[in-house]
Amino acid sequence: VTPEMKGFLLLSIIKMLVVFTVIMVGVALLTLMERKVSAWMQNRRGPNRVGPAGLLQPAADGLKNILKEETLPGQASRWLFILAPAMSFVPALLLFAVIPFAAPLPVDFDFSLGPLGQFVHHGLMPMVVADLPIGFLFVLAISSMGVYGIALAGWASNSKYALLGGLRAAAQMVSYEVPMGLSLIPVLLLSGNVSLSAIIRDQQMSLWYVLPLFLSFFIFLVSGFAETNRLPFDLPEAESELIAGYHTEYSAMKFSFFFIAEYSNVVTVCAMVTTLFFGGWDIPFTHWDETGGVLQSIATAGFFFVKVMFWIFFVMWIRWTLPRFRYDQLMSLGWKVLLPLSLAYIMVVCVAIYVVEHVLGLTDPILEGLSLFALSVVVSILVFGVLDRGVFVRGSGRQRRPLNAPARRAPAVT
Amino acid sequence: MAIGVKVLARPSRDVSYVRATLKGMALTFKHMFEKKVTMQYPEERSTDAEHGGGQWSLAPRWRGTHRMLTDEQGRSKCVACGLCPQICPANCIKLVPGEDEEGHRYPLIYEIDEFRCIFCGYCQEVCPEEAIHVGVHYENSEYSRGRFVYDLERLSSQTHAVSTLWDPTDPKGE
Repeated sequence: VTPEMKGFLLLSIIKMLVVFTVIMVGVALLTLMERKVSAWMQNRRGPNRVGPAGLLQPAADGLKNILKEETLPGQASRWLFILAPAMSFVPALLLFAVIPFAAPLPVDFDFSLGPLGQFVHHGLMPMVVADLPIGFLFVLAISSMGVYGIALAGWASNSKYALLGGLRAAAQMVSYEVPMGLSLIPVLLLSGNVSLSAIIRDQQMSLWYVLPLFLSFFIFLVSGFAETNRLPFDLPEAESELIAGYHTEYSAMKFSFFFIAEYSNVVTVCAMVTTLFFGGWDIPFTHWDETGGVLQSIATAGFFFVKVMFWIFFVMWIRWTLPRFRYDQLMSLGWKVLLPLSLAYIMVVCVAIYVVEHVLGLTDPILEGLSLFALSVVVSILVFGVLDRGVFVRGSGRQRRPLNAPARRAPAVT
Repeated sequence: MAIGVKVLARPSRDVSYVRATLKGMALTFKHMFEKKVTMQYPEERSTDAEHGGGQWSLAPRWRGTHRMLTDEQGRSKCVACGLCPQICPANCIKLVPGEDEEGHRYPLIYEIDEFRCIFCGYCQEVCPEEAIHVGVHYENSEYSRGRFVYDLERLSSQTHAVSTLWDPTDPKGE
């Protein structure tokens, strides 16, 4: 074990602790934010009794949840029932490990620590817990594991509602996994790399990918909502239909874990949207932030935070605006709209990139981005024009007439 | 569908999903900056004119905990006629009549169990002396259950406004 490796290990542990703490505290505060935002949107005030402006409400909630009784349904599958919250909680947190949240920070130290020996680090430290070269595939792989926790929770509870919720979650999350993955192929085509750091670097050099790849962004966002089971797609929970869906039988801290998992998933999806389509920690219209430095790291971390917070707010905004999809609409949106759309869009982007690079011969990344942006505007107008008509999401009853119904005739006019 | 559910063709020309979503989002966003309608209860009280009482007030017809009105000498107006326990649908009024040496009837015991009371207001309606009233009042917390049986002294010493009840000749209270 060389001193450099020990230095790397030390820094990694510090980054892990910092990111974990920030996410956990952030998630706690997000529950408050959700309640505040929902209150404001309904002309209410929201929690404002515990601490200044209700800021300590999450602490009170946490304390309550720790002190409450842990119930275990009599016929439940005991170990899976206990395991399920952890299984949905872990992937949610794991995902954040590969998301770069600031410009690289220069760290130089060289010290020895008694029996542990020498710790050395020189140069730039990437501000990401694990700067995986396959970051992007890691995200797709881990995000699909979240469904196990939810499906298991539904099954292990031995309750009708929980089982239905679990089934719905399994079908929904597996369905939306597909368009989610496919919607990211254009990003790969454009950046030519699967490492998230490289994708951010590419966006710094050209445009933020939301402009040239707006449809990808849209599909990713919608699938992200479905993956996190947030409101227009909260069918696994579906309060009005399934009581609380897959976590009906859970109480106290085990329930809290599902809650934390949901919010950490929201944070992760928002961070992914930011990273893949909004330049990550990039500060737009300036190249000052791209050289590493302490000030740059702080500024870019702040900017990353602002972008992620905007998307978190957006998620909440959607939640308190749209009602829940019906189940068949959800499925038809996933399989009949988003999947063909993302496949077609891959073709369009492939052809466009070929044309731009080899026929038109544009090599400047900004010019290339702009020409793709022009295409994306046209395609988006077409797609949203069709989507707006509701051709795909219409009611299920339209195609069929009752078996013994009389032949179609003009309504009697009196 | 075997049971012959009537299936209506949905309108396909004038539907909108994307525009409708954007419109809804604009609406919810606008609401974030509107005036909050929540009354901050312990600080603002609807019965308290100084703290938003003008803005948030109970209806004058509100039927809350009872009040016994008194005459100039401080005696209760009740003549122990027995109509209120008679009409009370919840049977929550306990009345033991008494008579003084001049032949005036008065209640020896007059107790209302506010837990049994359903606040229908019949006692006020039926009272020939306008003695017992339901009140415009709702803050009734106590530390023991026994305290909810209001005796005559307690009923007489309360000062909150009395309900106007519903007037059939003026159904909208104008």
